Amino acid sequence: MADGFELGGRTWASRLIAGTGGFRSLSDMERSLAASGTEIVTVALRRVDPLAQGSVLDVIGRLGLFALPNTAGCYTAQDAVKTARLAREAFETDWVKLEVIGDDRTLLPEAVELVGAAETLVGEGFTVLPYTNDDPILAARLEDAGCAAVMPLGSPIGSGAGIRNPYNVRLIVERAGVPVILDAGIGTASDAALAMELGCDGVLLASSVSRAKDPVAMATAMRKAVEAGYESRRAGRIPRRLHAQASTPDEGMASLD
Amino acid sequence: MIVDLNGRATPLPEGSTLADAVAAAGAGGDDRGVAVAVDGEVVPRPQWDGRALAEGEDVEVVRAVQGG
Repeated sequence: MADGFELGGRTWASRLIAGTGGFRSLSDMERSLAASGTEIVTVALRRVDPLAQGSVLDVIGRLGLFALPNTAGCYTAQDAVKTARLAREAFETDWVKLEVIGDDRTLLPEAVELVGAAETLVGEGFTVLPYTNDDPILAARLEDAGCAAVMPLGSPIGSGAGIRNPYNVRLIVERAGVPVILDAGIGTASDAALAMELGCDGVLLASSVSRAKDPVAMATAMRKAVEAGYESRRAGRIPRRLHAQASTPDEGMASLD
Repeated sequence: MIVDLNGRATPLPEGSTLADAVAAAGAGGDDRGVAVAVDGEVVPRPQWDGRALAEGEDVEVVRAVQGG
């Protein structure tokens, strides 16, 4: 990639953040994460299962990735704050992907609880990366609260429905003073490219790779899509026109009648 | 003594510590990426050995898993 990506006071080479959920095996996950080129992967915390085989941490360690804990499954600010504190202890990091959801049907963010949790966690010294709606006003509120990035959804988690409101994503990008990471809803490579073309600084995706028929191939596609979208944005696209504009000059046409 | 360990009423010998509860939860051998809360408050790892448990306390022992 052409240049680094500043997030949370560190510089990253990859603009793709990958989730680790939904893979059919740890081996699929390892090969896919390697193919994606990602440096940051999200992980969750759940009660210890004495029968669990293998650990996501082994894979993350082998690949030299940064584990970003999430607060997936939390419905209140209080739950999310407590989960973040546990994650800080478990992972020895004060970074957290903050998720506070409103119901289990849409998994859409609970905006009021989200802002409350963000304020508390920023006050406790966390580097807070909030999963949020594609709402420019809410994104600004989260930035004002001291979040290190804003991570608007393209569409509901795991839906693969792409970016339903590109105009709102543009509005978020336009006014944001922190990195904007498109989080949730990516279904295929063109969705990731579109996010970058809209001016997002990065893309966070999980299911589109982990649940693809061939996760390793899709991870490769996503790496290329994020890079292509970023380069395309920097290159500056031509304006859309109603009518054609010839790229071959008219002058000098041979007279063949 | 009975404590609520990861949502299950679990008998532990009198005088058990939080480290014993972590082992009883199944995280004794490999405690990388493990964190513990008692009654909702995180207890840092260096305190697990010295933290005596009391009847009825709610102990949560969590670890890293795959997630989005």
